[in-house]
Amino acid sequence: MSDPLFEFLLRQGDNTLILGHRISEWCGIAPAVEEDIALANTALDLIGQTQMWLGLAAEVEGAGRSADDLAFHRDVWDFRNLLLVEQPNGDFGHTIMRQFLFDAFQVPHLTALHNASDDRIAGIAAKSLKEAQYHLERSRETVIALGDGTEESNRRMQAALDRLWPYAGEMFLRDGVDDAMHESGIAADPASLRATWDDTVQTTLGEAMLTIPDSDFAQQGGKSGKRHSEHLGHLLATMQFLPRSYPDARW
Amino acid sequence: MYAQMIKSEATADDPDKLKAFQARIDAGEKIEPKDWMPEGYRKTLIRQIGQHAHSEIVGQLPEGNWITRAPTLERKAILLAKVQDEAGHGLYLYCAAETLGVSRDEMTRMLLDGRMKYSSIFNYPTLTWADMGAVGWLVDGAAIMNQVPLQRTSYGPYARAMIRICKEESFHQRQGFDIMMKMANGTPAQRRMAQDALNRFWYPSLMMFGPSDKDSVHSTQSMRWRIKINTNDELRQKFVDQTVPQAEYLGLTVPDETLAWNEEKGGYDFAEPDWAEFYGVLKGNGPCNTDRIAARQKAWDDGTWVRDGLMAHAAKRKAAKAAAQ
Ligand SMILES: [Fe+2]
Ligand SMILES: [Fe+2]
Ligand SMILES: [Fe+2]
Repeated sequence: MSDPLFEFLLRQGDNTLILGHRISEWCGIAPAVEEDIALANTALDLIGQTQMWLGLAAEVEGAGRSADDLAFHRDVWDFRNLLLVEQPNGDFGHTIMRQFLFDAFQVPHLTALHNASDDRIAGIAAKSLKEAQYHLERSRETVIALGDGTEESNRRMQAALDRLWPYAGEMFLRDGVDDAMHESGIAADPASLRATWDDTVQTTLGEAMLTIPDSDFAQQGGKSGKRHSEHLGHLLATMQFLPRSYPDARW
Repeated sequence: MYAQMIKSEATADDPDKLKAFQARIDAGEKIEPKDWMPEGYRKTLIRQIGQHAHSEIVGQLPEGNWITRAPTLERKAILLAKVQDEAGHGLYLYCAAETLGVSRDEMTRMLLDGRMKYSSIFNYPTLTWADMGAVGWLVDGAAIMNQVPLQRTSYGPYARAMIRICKEESFHQRQGFDIMMKMANGTPAQRRMAQDALNRFWYPSLMMFGPSDKDSVHSTQSMRWRIKINTNDELRQKFVDQTVPQAEYLGLTVPDETLAWNEEKGGYDFAEPDWAEFYGVLKGNGPCNTDRIAARQKAWDDGTWVRDGLMAHAAKRKAAKAAAQ
């Protein structure tokens, strides 16, 4: 295994990069102008967080790579994001449900990280946490509103939840990288965040009149990089097209 | 029929009221939503502000086309912030138009069925990354030229929206120019993209000021009402005079062989855009008209259940609150 700290930072930065990219695909086609603005704002926050996480990853690696090198010059197997965030946008309901499931994890995760023994990590976590709290507030309210809204909006939100549920469990799986981070006082054991997440998810989905699927099956392979979904390669083909086609260019 | 309608509208207004209204405008007073205004003034403003709002919204599409392919994290963030600003501009402008008694939904329907227009510039495609530079530099640049004088327009809500918008537009233009600089000073391929972008966007940008003064239909009355402050040709000249030295600084060639400094008038002589093309694009025959409207139509249709859901929830909340009291 490569340096666990580097791996851990890639996981942080790849989550925000891939989710930020997915949300940016909504540009100009959201259900209302207010949503165009809100989605762009979320994407912007996530890309900003990516610059910090991947910037630090590059620094820790010490191989002369930059955050941009990491974002634009790695292939699928070197990405360490959760499978959840690379899932296609689907309809607006899928997008907002995916966001909610992630935000509900990200808030306790960053809250724990913001006491990290490493000041650089604590600093990034503190800055990201404020944004994540705002994202959670918004995604939570939207999930509730659409779950409660009309018969159709309820049906669509339930479909989104059912579709995405198998991708939620990966957030809490623990491996060697997590153990190393936990032991060095950087991150919480991801399994320990489950109770808080469950609580947020249960209350929210209850208010939203949605039924939590009766299954704890969890797809995995994203954060370890062992087996991403087919979707990630297409996302990267789009995202990385320019720097890879014109490797000598400065933009 | 249409001509008749216009005529009856004009005569419907009481001449004394019209006179007093014009006097307020001449004195530089702002007209506010609750004030009396001639029907023609209201209609012209709805058309103009609505068209401007739609332009901000449709204008997200050609730039959104490159957000997912922005070449660095920083460029992606800057472009996202810009497009977010444009959506915000659309929102302020819809709100300004709503003060005139037309709803945003109604304006959207008029955009989708072709009764309302948006700026013809957004019917041109963005084909390379240099187009993100050219759009910021030229399109936002031309928009600023058009909008700065409108900060002093007679309708209060419109003037105030313009003040907020202009601040952000100048930032967009600087970002666009910065992309152009990187491209123009980059590799041969980047240089080629930069020149190609200028070639494609030069004339469509000149068209953004509207037809030549001698052919402009709405100008005289609008200028009297201070809905329009400068003539199309004045603004176009100003834009060319500002932009040509910037192109020279970039080492790019403006695609106009007749372009020459005219010492006597203190400005450039330049070729007019192809007005037949302009009218063709207005009629729907631009390279992207069909795609742009299809994209907005799809967004509207796909978003219906979301808007309905949010409204139904808000209504339930309100009813529950009322019941609790
Ligand atoms: Fe913003
Ligand atoms: Fe704008
Ligand atoms: Fe702009």
